[in-house]
Amino acid sequence: MIVGEIHAPKSIPAVGIETVEMTMRFGSFTALDHVSIKVPAGTFHALLGENGAGKSTLVKCIMGFYHPTSGQLQVDGREVTIASPRDAAAHGLGMVYQHFTLVPSLTGAENLVISRAHVPAIINWSKEKKRLSAFMETMPFDIPLDRPVSELAAGEKQKLEIIKQLYLGRRFLVLDEPTSVLTPAEADDMLGLVRGMTERGELTVLMISHKFHEVTKFADAVSVLRRGTLSGTGKVSELSAADMAAMMIGDVKLAELDTRLPVSPDALPVLAVKKVKAPDRTGLKPIVIDDLVVRSGEIVGIAGISGNGQKELSEVLAGQRTAEGAVIVKGKPYGATRLETRANNVRFIPEEPLNNACAQKMTVTENLAFRTFDLAKDGSDAIWLDARGMKKRATALITDFKVKTASPASPIAALSGGNVQRAVLARELSGEVDLLIVSNPCFGLDFSAVAEIRARIMKARNAGAAVLLMSEDLDELMEMSDRIIVMSDGKLVYETPTREADVAVIGAHMAGHH
Amino acid sequence: MEATGIGVWGVPLAIFAGAVRVSTPFIFVSLGEAITERSGRINLGLEGTLVFGAMTAYGVAVMTLSPWLGVLAAMAVGACLGLLHGFICKFPKVNDIAIGIAMMQFGLGLAFFLGKPFIQPAAPKLPAIAFGAWSNLPQIQAALNINVLFLIGAALALLLWWAFRNTRVGLILRVVGDSSDAARAMGLNPDTVRLLATAAGGALAAIGGAYLSLYYPGSWNEGISSGQGLMAVALVIFARWNPIGCFLAALLFGGAGALGPALQSVGVTKGYYLFYAAPYVLTLVIMVATSSPTRSLAGAPGALSITK
Repeated sequence: MIVGEIHAPKSIPAVGIETVEMTMRFGSFTALDHVSIKVPAGTFHALLGENGAGKSTLVKCIMGFYHPTSGQLQVDGREVTIASPRDAAAHGLGMVYQHFTLVPSLTGAENLVISRAHVPAIINWSKEKKRLSAFMETMPFDIPLDRPVSELAAGEKQKLEIIKQLYLGRRFLVLDEPTSVLTPAEADDMLGLVRGMTERGELTVLMISHKFHEVTKFADAVSVLRRGTLSGTGKVSELSAADMAAMMIGDVKLAELDTRLPVSPDALPVLAVKKVKAPDRTGLKPIVIDDLVVRSGEIVGIAGISGNGQKELSEVLAGQRTAEGAVIVKGKPYGATRLETRANNVRFIPEEPLNNACAQKMTVTENLAFRTFDLAKDGSDAIWLDARGMKKRATALITDFKVKTASPASPIAALSGGNVQRAVLARELSGEVDLLIVSNPCFGLDFSAVAEIRARIMKARNAGAAVLLMSEDLDELMEMSDRIIVMSDGKLVYETPTREADVAVIGAHMAGHH
Repeated sequence: MEATGIGVWGVPLAIFAGAVRVSTPFIFVSLGEAITERSGRINLGLEGTLVFGAMTAYGVAVMTLSPWLGVLAAMAVGACLGLLHGFICKFPKVNDIAIGIAMMQFGLGLAFFLGKPFIQPAAPKLPAIAFGAWSNLPQIQAALNINVLFLIGAALALLLWWAFRNTRVGLILRVVGDSSDAARAMGLNPDTVRLLATAAGGALAAIGGAYLSLYYPGSWNEGISSGQGLMAVALVIFARWNPIGCFLAALLFGGAGALGPALQSVGVTKGYYLFYAAPYVLTLVIMVATSSPTRSLAGAPGALSITK
């Protein structure tokens, strides 16, 4: 029966599903309120919604992770009970997660074989490899299966995740933000191939996304959730991006970006990175930054796929990684000590701020005081903490930056992602800022938090700060930056003023074609 | 020196013989630790397991007059100590390294307590195979008199190396060791896999102990182990979690340990005590040389608490 486990995609037809009045309550909180969506077999359906709108609750109900309070699920027109993910798999329902579930040190072939329900005690690799290559011939994807997954590019990993689901005989796939770590070209390539499979009736797809252009380009139909209810649904061809955005956020007013002040031609360079060379995380390749200058009052965006040296660059600038060469701030060598940081008004907003910019178990008040707690009022070194002053300042910042927290004395880890990011912004952007280094500030945040955070960064720029913005989100860089520089393979490979930028050209450089 | 008949050739020969003799416990303990660490857990308690295994093997061999029954009994108690370690580590917020140190002290103390009556009686020894029977030189005969456990250890290293790639159990172990989340997504329970891996590791470490008490030095006393159980943990990291690497590292370590006695046997009388430190110095040097502050350890299981 082992041979029978691997099916060519055409031998099983796509599976269609429908949720009927699905409701999920956690205590008194209704996460999902009578949601009915229909995804016919062989279609590409998009599911839109903000963080906390109920997308993942809905998907977890379909996949058997949650048991809905009421409502039912139909698979191919028949009502079914899904008690566990195993049941979902038996009905041909599979899910590709936002974060990869492949085992990094195993090869693609090992990952596929070990994920099967029945693995022989001793694996006959020559036989398995023959079968796998026969299976791969029926797939539109071309992925090397004999290399460890950790060596694959993000796009290849994402394809391999999809291949794994198809290999396991799943013909209805939930894709959870499948392109969040891909370049635009990789994303188009991957979604195009998946779209092709749905058109041939080999697969049904329900894609969670927040990128309107992907939804418009690849999906047949869309359902939009807002606060647990279905706020709209329809054919993609009949909806504009504005219609979908309205369904998603309702009539909430988003913070608007300040008008971009022109960069004065004689703006002084605040940050200069000259001939910096540092080993990367693996120690095998160096990152080399020959010349990077950020002037006062401009935002320089660093584009690139994650893992191409952006993290190492930000670590060099933060003094966490030793490097050869010179980092110069306001004309003087900069070693990122606390004194130098303070003297030059350098501020940092690293990625994943809860891990990288906060002490998780300390209170919001304490975290907000990290830049100032050791200074007395007259600017000299403080010996005793000024608890009352810290509290007053924290309360002011919390109101000013709209940080939602139960109390200033709550541990910062209890805050939601958007509010942690707001708290870190509050700390880093208060007072004079001459140089601001930001990494992926909006990753995983919802519309209103994103708009707010971008508006704050723009305000800092207009007030004269030099901003270095590293982001994996090209749309964000296009919106925020004055210049975009592409980083690939540890080097800065392409630079363009944003108003003349061409996304396709940037994408090609990100993918290493330069 | 003329009397020996082979002169300075005695040094490499003695190093070879020493490597085989000294490395055997290291082979078993490091293979056991490799299995445990590949599943994503560290068991530092193997020193205690080793000594407890030595005591059990000796005691059972004394009572039954069968050294092999002693080895089996040692494996059983080693597995039990491993199960205990694995069971405690299943609870949330329990640190495997701290539990390992506690288990080490527990194993040592219990072995000394229960082993008192066995210090006097003599136990039958484990057999060796005389590969040197063709030669009439006593040194060669002695050096090629290779104990059976060493051969089993070498075969086991090959078997494990093969099994990590070619068997279901091997792949499951690597999946669990690399990513608990991926394992759970596959419906595997990482705690159970680690529990069994720790038990298997304990059983193998106890064989190392049985070798100490039943072959070389071949008696039971409280000073029987000189830290083999702890050094083996370092060997696993040095061998990058590769079973064949563990075998070779153990040989290298054993060979370095034989340097002092070998030099002494050819008449070097000054400073040979310094050479007794050779294995430890060698381990330090190799660890420093193969590590780097700016790069992560290649081949380390991703779920291991020291790599997180």
